Amino acid sequence: MTKLDSKIPSGALKDKWTNYKNNINLVNPANKRLIDVIVVGTGLAGGSAAATLAELGYNVKAFAFQDSPRRAHSIAAQGGINAAKNYQGDGDSIYRLFYDTVKGGDYRAREANVYRLAEVSANIIDQCVAQGVPFARDYGGLLDNRSFGGVLVSRTFYAKGQTGQQLLLGAYSAMNRQISRGKIKMYNRHEMMDVVIVDGKARGIITRDLVTGKIERHGAHAVVVGSGGYGNIFFLSTNAMGSNASAAWKIHKKGAYFANPCFTQIHPTCIPVAGELQAKLTLMSESLRNDGRIWVPKNMDDVKAIRAGQLKPTQIPEENRDYYLERRYPAFGNLVPRDVASRAAKERCDAGYGVNATGQAVYLDFASAIERYGKETAHVQGLDENDKALVTKLGKQVIENKYGNLFQMYEKIVDENPYETPMMIYPAVHYTMGGIWVDYNLMTTVPGLYAIGEANFSDHGANRLGASALMQGLADGYFVLPYTIGDYLADDIRTGPISTDHPAFAEAEKEVVDRLEHFINNKGTKSVDTFHRKLGLIMWNKCGMARNKEGLTSAIEEIKVLREEFWKEVRVPGGMNEFNDELAKAGRVADYLELAELFAKDALHREESCGGHFREESQSEEGEAKRDDENFKYAAVWEYTGNPGEAILHKEDLVYENIELKTRSYK
Amino acid sequence: MNLTLKIWRQKNANDKGSMVDYQISDVSPDMSFLEMLDVLNEDLITKDEEPVAFDHDCREGICGMCSLHINGEPHGPDKGITTCQLHMRSFKNGDTIYIEPFRAKAFPIIKDLIVDRSAFERIQQSGGYVSVNTSGNTQDANAIPVPKEDADMAFDAATCIGCGACVAACKNSSAMLFTSAKVSQFALLPQGKVEAKKRVQDMVAQMDAEGFGNCSNTGACEAECPKGISLENIARLNRELIKAKTAVKH
Repeated sequence: MTKLDSKIPSGALKDKWTNYKNNINLVNPANKRLIDVIVVGTGLAGGSAAATLAELGYNVKAFAFQDSPRRAHSIAAQGGINAAKNYQGDGDSIYRLFYDTVKGGDYRAREANVYRLAEVSANIIDQCVAQGVPFARDYGGLLDNRSFGGVLVSRTFYAKGQTGQQLLLGAYSAMNRQISRGKIKMYNRHEMMDVVIVDGKARGIITRDLVTGKIERHGAHAVVVGSGGYGNIFFLSTNAMGSNASAAWKIHKKGAYFANPCFTQIHPTCIPVAGELQAKLTLMSESLRNDGRIWVPKNMDDVKAIRAGQLKPTQIPEENRDYYLERRYPAFGNLVPRDVASRAAKERCDAGYGVNATGQAVYLDFASAIERYGKETAHVQGLDENDKALVTKLGKQVIENKYGNLFQMYEKIVDENPYETPMMIYPAVHYTMGGIWVDYNLMTTVPGLYAIGEANFSDHGANRLGASALMQGLADGYFVLPYTIGDYLADDIRTGPISTDHPAFAEAEKEVVDRLEHFINNKGTKSVDTFHRKLGLIMWNKCGMARNKEGLTSAIEEIKVLREEFWKEVRVPGGMNEFNDELAKAGRVADYLELAELFAKDALHREESCGGHFREESQSEEGEAKRDDENFKYAAVWEYTGNPGEAILHKEDLVYENIELKTRSYK
Repeated sequence: MNLTLKIWRQKNANDKGSMVDYQISDVSPDMSFLEMLDVLNEDLITKDEEPVAFDHDCREGICGMCSLHINGEPHGPDKGITTCQLHMRSFKNGDTIYIEPFRAKAFPIIKDLIVDRSAFERIQQSGGYVSVNTSGNTQDANAIPVPKEDADMAFDAATCIGCGACVAACKNSSAMLFTSAKVSQFALLPQGKVEAKKRVQDMVAQMDAEGFGNCSNTGACEAECPKGISLENIARLNRELIKAKTAVKH
């Protein structure tokens, strides 16, 4: 337990961050020039961190596996970003955002970190507007807001359904400014293969140039990993094809503890799986739940008729529809948090009420919103509110304005017009709350090694609220890490450049090359994807939306067997010194096959239901999640010991001094 | 359905490259175009052949990583989408599909269907930003109201995903639509106006230096742009450029 010092500053919650900033060590501007920082990943967290560190004067080397930082998967975030601005005057405050986030996370996040997040959230919006991020505005020229799940205020800033894109392009532009000044050296199409530890400190990384295959050594005084989450461990997820866990897993194997790997978010509104050869799933923004109503038919006969193609959903009368979220959770209705909404969809589909051929889909219906907006608009324009055709036309225009790109995306994939017929949706893996354990400084258990954004574990507990990932990524990168890293680097001003001739670099490089050579020379019988798909099925069926002891125990065995088979049978065509996507994928899947075991082990050990982690053994009579604060009010922090199955558990007790622990209720 | 694919294969930047024929069967109309290529690659790997290299990532039309010239059109036959959003229902059983990389002097081929778009990076680095530091002390986000119309137009320009379809569609391989989208976004917002003159001149100079051609206003870029970026942005860039060049120096 000695290594787990969360370094939470003393004092009142609201003063912690201010006082802390006032007292930490700083590096003077002249000395910053003598210090190099590596940033791995250039999404919202990595991109904003790289830009800010460079602005401050550090020499930054940034790494992305795509051909540009603008491609990072933060770009795909749709709905919005939360900030406690209270522009709507609906009673929002820093405390309320903090409270909602801790409650939404089912009381498994660290109070001090979450409060700081809420505190800097307002700054993020100011900063982004100053950068020229074109947020949605109302006719008075001021910023517009919308609501997201799990909260009762309207605090989400947005840019249509492309908020992540606009925020990432903002961070990207800040990076570009520093790249042009020479303060960031950008390495596109480079993958981090390992971290290098010299005398107990992170001092560099080994990379592979994905175009030439060249293995390179990079030294630095500190290494920041902002490489995102591990949702692709499920094969099918809303993550991008290239999103991977390798940087995080590599640093875990080199000493960074991994926290709560089983905390995974299954997002309720995704386009259902269509076929066996599907490569990825597509999210429909949670913002749609502002206006969409979720339902399945009440009667089994209707379900059967729909599946047989004899009945259309629009033909089912209101009284024969089960708006199950509104029924079960009257206070929050369709805007319950994601974990609750996902489980409720699963419950209905498991009971047989799923509305597509696979039985795994529910409706998300905009008909009442179209009517409501249509009437409103007709009223405002002085037109006939009883003219049904007119009202529908006007209502559709409003919906198009708000969600046009999402509706288009849906239509392209499913080939149905969601303005005319309800969308079909089903939960899919979306985000991972678990990740590399970090202290208040966002430093891992390895000195000089930091983890930010989705890659770390700190702010979302067991369930993340909508529009909070963008907030956390930018908070970490723009406003937290650039301060806290100075406290560590202040000791490094006389160190001088980090030489890559140290034996630790040679050793790490050799390990990397040996592994790549193994893949190329293995000449097995099965492709990388074959194994990835198999792993995905194990994870989805046994470590997915509902988990139990028996399933998890067998998952662990199955993963081990699959891993052994992978190393024996994987086939990677082509060579090492060229562009070779299969080789890159092989490395990532090899890491998933290890992380998956730790994931299942963590899920097995946590014999309670909380947030996205639902243990069937731990539920109320009504089927609601039952948390066990007496035995599990801690972050499970795993230390690697040479084999994921033998990881050692450390516990960080979560202390709640400002929030009373309660059963989460959205009824 | 069963299809014939004619795919550009090129080992690396120095290789000459050629079209190679492949047959693919049992393609479901609900598959995406890239899933169809995944299936082809899976098949090639089991036959111990090298899979076809292509760029892709988010597979939902937003990251801008995927490219491909399909039957002579960037991102294929459908309008307003990227290749990853194209579905096989847009093709018929027995079709022959030509799949090539984006072709432009400023986009050298890396391998097969993958091109190097780093010229776009350098254009952005030459001025695609507002010079503001992350101080945390910027003024309140609502301090300067922005007319909704301007904000909406800036947003429309800012939705460019940097895929390069505009360049691939243009007979001159011009990058005007791409460059003008960023120039417009900032020209329309008060935050971007301060540096507008310098920005437009620097970005245009970099665009020219990269070897992109000139704009002759055919509108092919707008027609093929998956995000519907409007030609009006090019007009705005030209106005901004003239304004900048004719500005009286104080």
